[in-house]
Amino acid sequence: MKQGIYRILKNEEAAPGMYRMLLQGDTSAFRRGGQFVDIAVNGFFLRRPIAVREWDSGSFDIFYKVIGKGTAELCRMECGSTLDVLTGLGNGFDPGRCVRSALVVCGGIGSSPAFSLVKELVAEGKKVTVILGFNKAAEVVLFDEYRRLGVDLHLVTLDGSAGLKGLVTDAIRELNPEYDYFYTCGPKVMMKAVCELLDGPGEASLEERMGCGCGICYGCTCHTVSGPKRVCADGPVFKKEEIIW
Amino acid sequence: MVTEVNLCGVSLKNPVVPASGTFGFGLEMAPVYDINVLGGISLKGTTREARFGNECPRIAECPDGMINSVGLQNPGIDVLVGKKLPALREVFGGAVIANISGFSIDEYVECCARAAEAPETDIIEVNVSCPNVHGGGMAFGTSAGAVSEVTSAVKGVCGGKPVFIKLSPNVTDITEMARACEDAGADGVTLINTILGMRIDIRTRKPVVANRYGGFSGRAVFPVALRMVNQVRHACSLPIMGCGGVSCAEDVLEMMMAGATAVQVGAENLRNPFVCKEIVENLPDAMSRLGIEDINSIIGIV
Repeated sequence: MKQGIYRILKNEEAAPGMYRMLLQGDTSAFRRGGQFVDIAVNGFFLRRPIAVREWDSGSFDIFYKVIGKGTAELCRMECGSTLDVLTGLGNGFDPGRCVRSALVVCGGIGSSPAFSLVKELVAEGKKVTVILGFNKAAEVVLFDEYRRLGVDLHLVTLDGSAGLKGLVTDAIRELNPEYDYFYTCGPKVMMKAVCELLDGPGEASLEERMGCGCGICYGCTCHTVSGPKRVCADGPVFKKEEIIW
Repeated sequence: MVTEVNLCGVSLKNPVVPASGTFGFGLEMAPVYDINVLGGISLKGTTREARFGNECPRIAECPDGMINSVGLQNPGIDVLVGKKLPALREVFGGAVIANISGFSIDEYVECCARAAEAPETDIIEVNVSCPNVHGGGMAFGTSAGAVSEVTSAVKGVCGGKPVFIKLSPNVTDITEMARACEDAGADGVTLINTILGMRIDIRTRKPVVANRYGGFSGRAVFPVALRMVNQVRHACSLPIMGCGGVSCAEDVLEMMMAGATAVQVGAENLRNPFVCKEIVENLPDAMSRLGIEDINSIIGIV
């Protein structure tokens, strides 16, 4: 974990109610896709934990949904202004658990934290099938970015306005993709359904309302088969067999 | 310049102590910064058995503060004594404050005895003020009779180590509780724990925290904490660890002027995990700006 001041390079609406923010500063605390940052928003007591999509040596970007007053304030921040950010939080996905072929199943904004994982899997020469699920065509984000990674990419929307019609689990049944390890990130109900449908091993990125974001307050604890775990510090990514939904 | 303070014979190189529940068992932060800058650490509240605590959500945002309803999640006294304390002592030379809670007098007695027997423990802090558990914690801290009973029961089993009783602000008269502690043989008091509060999500029409109510803390409670510390200072002669809404070196000095010998920093750790280190670093400058040569000279001067 590192604390730093980051300059906003971009803060733009990527889909209705969903924003992409590009921040410039020290990225040396990032180790894995699926980690998150904790952003201090002016006028609010607690920081806002948001997953990182991608980073390079001098910047990183996040996708966030405007849900409450804190994220509403965040989306009004102007380019050139700065934010106090804790970086490199959480464990992130483990690309090493996949041997040859991975299945990555994302729902909505869950497409963001899985992006660096997929990039890493591709760089390691693994075959990757990605299924992105959204409610409707207007909410689709990151499809082109995933396509540029050259993965076997499938789009699903609930109303059929883009790609296959239905749920990500419908797409999994239809495609029956080959994989030895799966990764999933999205709404809890979706990840639970994915974990129950898939027989093979995998991991899911959980979400919980957080206090500190760095493991000292025990505000975001979840149940696992090996006892209580802190989503922020022991997770947010947990192995399928560990999670008690 | 003197920043060292003395709590019942235990020397703290400075009065800054992260409060229980906001700094884990100290070990979590050891890789992040040199925790030896701290005067002491009050560890996560511990009970006899391991506890999951309350279901999530356990956290709610508030203006200048927050609500938590963690509910005493902890690995139990065996793990505290067998693992956490020895591991902390390997990396931390300051005052180790074991924070104990319970659901019966027997449980308080057993856990305090076990914590006090551990050579790593310098001070026992008895939490009779957790607002997030039913039938324990605050149930013992809101009646002078129960506070007195817990205090005298645990004092006898702590082998002479200082016993601080952590008091709840959710009472009509906190001085009555502090005097009960003093009469029952406590060595000091810590105050305040969190103030019982609530937030409602107006979209779902449900409480934000799953446990309905939770403990309110953060900068907003500082004036309340300060007032209570000052009242207790004038009502009894016990040393005080002041706690509640402290966020900077100036707050530490203000809390000491109100009557605290040491000052705990709580919720602020959750928004800035480096804040205790920053306060310690800023303290000498803040003192010199105010012409304070020895920090002990300001304790309770108001």
